[in-house]
Amino acid sequence: MMRFILRRTLQMIPTMLAVILIIFVIFSVVPGSFITSLMSEGRNATNAQVLSHLNEQFGLDQPLPVRLWNYLSGLAHFDLGISYRTREPVWNVIEPRLWPSIKLALCAMGFAAFVGIPLGFLAALKPGSVFDSGTMVVAVSGLSLPEFWFGLLLMYVFALNLGWLPSFGYQPGSIRHIILPAIALGVGPMALLARTTRAGVLDVMNADFVRTARAKGLAEPRLVRSHVARNVLVLILTTMGLQIGALMGQAIVIEKLFSWPGIGSLLVDSVAVRDIPVVQGAVLVIVLWFLVINMLVDIAYALIDPRIKVS
Amino acid sequence: MSQFLPDPVLSVRNLRLGIGKRYEILHGISFDILPGETYGLVGESGSGKSVTGLAIMGLLKRPLSVTGGTIHFQDRDLLKMHPRERRQLRGDRIAMVFQEPMTALNPLVTIGRQIAEMFVIHRGMGWPEARRKAVEALESVRVPAPEERAHAYPHQLSGGMRQRVMIAIALACRPDLLIADEPTTALDVTVQAGVLELMAELCRAEGTAVLLVSHDLGVIANMCQRVGVMDQGRLVEEQDTRNIFTNPLHPYTRGLLAARPRLGSRTPGQRSRLIELDEVVNAKDRGRDMPTLITPRGPQLAPETRA
Repeated sequence: MMRFILRRTLQMIPTMLAVILIIFVIFSVVPGSFITSLMSEGRNATNAQVLSHLNEQFGLDQPLPVRLWNYLSGLAHFDLGISYRTREPVWNVIEPRLWPSIKLALCAMGFAAFVGIPLGFLAALKPGSVFDSGTMVVAVSGLSLPEFWFGLLLMYVFALNLGWLPSFGYQPGSIRHIILPAIALGVGPMALLARTTRAGVLDVMNADFVRTARAKGLAEPRLVRSHVARNVLVLILTTMGLQIGALMGQAIVIEKLFSWPGIGSLLVDSVAVRDIPVVQGAVLVIVLWFLVINMLVDIAYALIDPRIKVS
Repeated sequence: MSQFLPDPVLSVRNLRLGIGKRYEILHGISFDILPGETYGLVGESGSGKSVTGLAIMGLLKRPLSVTGGTIHFQDRDLLKMHPRERRQLRGDRIAMVFQEPMTALNPLVTIGRQIAEMFVIHRGMGWPEARRKAVEALESVRVPAPEERAHAYPHQLSGGMRQRVMIAIALACRPDLLIADEPTTALDVTVQAGVLELMAELCRAEGTAVLLVSHDLGVIANMCQRVGVMDQGRLVEEQDTRNIFTNPLHPYTRGLLAARPRLGSRTPGQRSRLIELDEVVNAKDRGRDMPTLITPRGPQLAPETRA
């Protein structure tokens, strides 16, 4: 098991390198730089001498391969560079954003799992029923509604009209603040989970071994509990892993909408001012999150399904 | 039925299966299985032999359903039973072995637990005791190192071993009737005989009656005392096994026997055509506008003429 984790960790390195390369190339191609964005803010940076001084200070006068090399050698020492905007180490900028982001992703996934999986299960046990059709209508709506619109709707109803919950902001340890953004973010994964669970349960219910279980004389609840649930779990886990991995990236819009101080809103703000080191750092964190979650899912697979060997 | 014969374990009368009311799959079949007897149901694919087994088990899947007739098991009408009562009978008094040992076992549960489950649900045992009984059951189907194998998962066993596990599950509660639906068809020929012999031996020892569904006449000849020949949802002939090979009465049975592959019947360069069951199977006439899926043809076996 340890060897597996180690190998998977090493496998992350090429992925991370590729991501860094792509970000580097993209930001060397897109128009605008931190300097020009400073100018657009009306700062005193019109002077050519000031410009070259700033470029020199940030190392932007060097060619792309050299900048890339410098960045990578910094990374080897876990140094993400210095933020152009705040002049702080990038890690110091990202670190306070990390926990709110993870918390939001986990809460959104928790909501999705607690609502989506039971819905899918119940829908599958009575296929074609009113409940089944109703659930699937909700699921399709959940998948097709833009999340920012759903977020606004939640704000309007629960914050503005009912006044039950705060409409935006973050307070460490406050559950009230996280409810609305977590639901807004989790509704898509919830819908997807409901659908996957339903399809998975229907699939497993038709499996030969379930027929065997019926022939053994198992009552339906026991049959579902001990023969269907675990087999469906393998399917659900895949969807959940992919979703929770992607959630941190998907949270960008929701974080902006609810003024949530996470990685997503940091990313948007940093892109706007071309604070490239922070953008790179934030993207790396999002990618790393995705990779780690995927590794955890693979480990969970091996624990659930004896056919999958870890080594 | 002669008065000297014991009461049948299973008595199927005029059983009809259909898809809804419109299409009929089984057109009223009747047969009896005596205690301890092995009764073979033989026929080509789609003749209705497997669904007969499933109907007796009560495992038909929608849209298939029983549309008429009775199934008496030890003088109780299975079709009129409360579903819960019938479920309790399943696995305990009537058990079934399926064709595909590869997929018939839950891949995520150890075989020991899958056998032990029988003792837990039908004998009310706790898991530790059931587990011990499961090891004994594995031993009885001659799985080597049963103690260790009980912890194995299905994918770690060969097809033959898995089918032995299936037999162990089916016979765990010493049922009165075992329905074996093509139990060796999916197995390698080299292990078929062993699995069949084992099944026959265990059933003989316990006095378990067997309904053996197969398209393999060789298997039927070895295992069964009596045979029913099915064709297109009808039981067209029923005889003692000895007689059916020497004196097949129904033209379909004759065709079926003639279609057996025989050693030496093919010499290199001189291939004979596959035998068509032409006089019986008349594809052109199979009803397009008929109310049933299958057009009746050939004489039918009236209940009073049965052996």
